[in-house]
Amino acid sequence: MDIGLLGQYLANGVMLGTMYALVAVGFTLFFGVLDVIKFSHGDVLMLGSFTGFTVYIGVLAMGIENPWLMIAVILIVSITTTAAVGALIARYLVLPLKSAPPLNILLITLMLGTAIREAVRLFYPDGSNPKNFPALLPTASVDLGGFALRADSVILVGAGIAVIIGLNLLINRTRLGLAIRAVAQDEETAKIMGINYTLIVLVTFAIGSGAAAFAGIMNGLYYNEVNFGMGLLLGLIGFSAAIIGGLGNIYGAILGGFLFAGLQTVGAVALPFASAYKDVFAFGVVIALMAWKPTGLIAERSSDRV
Amino acid sequence: MKFTENRRSFLSFALAASLSLGLAGPALAKETVKVGFIGPLSGGVSNMGLGGRNSAALAVALRNQDPNAKYEYELEPLDDECKPNVGVQVATKLATNRKVVGAVTHYCSAVAMGTVDIYHKFNLPVIVWGAVLPDITYGNDYAEVHRVNGTMINQNETAAKFMTEQGYKTWAIIHDTTDYGKGHNKYFSQFLTERGGEILGTFGVTSDQQDFTAELTKIKELNPDVVYFGGLTPIAVRIRQQMDKLGIEAQFQGVSGIKSDAYFAGLSGDLAEGTVTFLEGAPAEKLPGGEYFMAEYEKAGYGEDFEAYGPFAFAAMSLLLDGIEEVGPDRKALTAYLADVNEHNSITGSVSFDDHGQNTVALITTYVAQDGQWVVWEDSEYADGTRKLTGK
Repeated sequence: MDIGLLGQYLANGVMLGTMYALVAVGFTLFFGVLDVIKFSHGDVLMLGSFTGFTVYIGVLAMGIENPWLMIAVILIVSITTTAAVGALIARYLVLPLKSAPPLNILLITLMLGTAIREAVRLFYPDGSNPKNFPALLPTASVDLGGFALRADSVILVGAGIAVIIGLNLLINRTRLGLAIRAVAQDEETAKIMGINYTLIVLVTFAIGSGAAAFAGIMNGLYYNEVNFGMGLLLGLIGFSAAIIGGLGNIYGAILGGFLFAGLQTVGAVALPFASAYKDVFAFGVVIALMAWKPTGLIAERSSDRV
Repeated sequence: MKFTENRRSFLSFALAASLSLGLAGPALAKETVKVGFIGPLSGGVSNMGLGGRNSAALAVALRNQDPNAKYEYELEPLDDECKPNVGVQVATKLATNRKVVGAVTHYCSAVAMGTVDIYHKFNLPVIVWGAVLPDITYGNDYAEVHRVNGTMINQNETAAKFMTEQGYKTWAIIHDTTDYGKGHNKYFSQFLTERGGEILGTFGVTSDQQDFTAELTKIKELNPDVVYFGGLTPIAVRIRQQMDKLGIEAQFQGVSGIKSDAYFAGLSGDLAEGTVTFLEGAPAEKLPGGEYFMAEYEKAGYGEDFEAYGPFAFAAMSLLLDGIEEVGPDRKALTAYLADVNEHNSITGSVSFDDHGQNTVALITTYVAQDGQWVVWEDSEYADGTRKLTGK
């Protein structure tokens, strides 16, 4: 295999890894502050990309032609809407069940995910068919010896990594982040210290869902196609990535995302048998990793769970 | 007094009865025979099922209008929802009803696979009008099961012939890992190798997969003339889209499962342009009896379109009724009649059943994507040389 193809595989893997990491960060945030697993995360992502697609049709009808302006409007509307949906889910479905067994929240979000997915399929015009998401980014490409490096891929990976770094800074360097971490560590003490617990939970869910919407738009811009079922597998992979990285740890989520993308790429390329088994291979390795390190590769430092 | 009153009413009754007899005429003299139709009348593919049902109903209605017909026919349409478990229930309902002599059944292959045993068990002769999986006829020795439409075997034979004739030499195959995708891979590979085409690599993908860059990067390395995809529209859209991302310049070839308008709705710009696919049957206007069928369908004023397989449902029902006219309303006799069907005239062309009840004169049409729609190859600008397929 020549170096150009190796570069192509690497670029594919980095692209996938960035998307997975963005989804995994959401899972980790929710688990961190509230100890819940929100299974509707993947479908919230899908909702984000469909919102983006609808906004695109809207701005096109308004006569805005500049692609950068379009992307900005799509991102702003989609992220704020999806963040609001995330906060609403937290307020009306997750918080009321806080003292119920965690299984209930897991179930209720699982059902919510199905409801969102089916609603888009049934009520979005022609929702069961794939939609053609516009290619708004420049498509110029540099051919590096059998490896087509495209400008849009570079921009998307750059933006994705910037969002991940931004989230990381937000959690670790700002007062809001401090409050989120305080709630994550000890809810009671955080409340005593004057932190508005409900607000912080809602903000965290909004941030996580906003990140998912960003991943959804990124997904749409990269594949130029969105469909109602796209969140299902992405959600599952993001969840697995968060688990192998160590739930509750943002670095773990990033590590897990890239690791999973790497495994999938290796599974499709290096395994001698049909590539149909690449997911089996990737999930198999995840199972092995979980057996080896049940708390994830980077365990939560301040774990109080036994 | 009482007696005369009774007699009067008797007289008037007799008068009315003889009057109605005289008016209804030969209709009352005819015996009523029941025939069945099963297809997906609700759910995601109900447009296909409703089109098939209307077409079968049209065949029955036309026969009932025919003064020379020996029987009065009554159609019992049932909904299999394209679900095997529901299909088995309605098939049992139909097969156990002794008044039903024969049926035209199933658009969905999975349902047909589940119900053939029932038809055999209850000796109900059926003619499949839409399902394409070869095993429905070839996977058993049931004398009761027949099919008028072609299978994916015929489709891939035509596909291999057509593509090699275009001068392509090497292929990379992607297929989904359902029975549908695997079947296409199997038959296409077989016919292609027989014709000297070379397969550089075969990739199985799951039917909900989003990212194909790893498989496609490998395909880019293999550098085939053609990328063949055996599966359905959503994945075809993704693969075609991502082929472009990776700069793969190969001809894209699909199967019947991608021949839908959703293929164009899902693809941006001119990416769909030049994609080649194959479908059992032909557009109604190209069929031998197409104009007659379309005119009658129009006249009947059904709410739904007859869709791709309506003409087959019509042909299957007409054949069934021809058989009943010939041998009478008896299941066994009808099965024996269908076993000998040879060069039988129908609106889809001549029908001949082989030992497995499969129509051997299969009609396959080649389509090419041109300006955002599927155009029959012979009518396209690609056939007359105005446009060229990739790499030609």
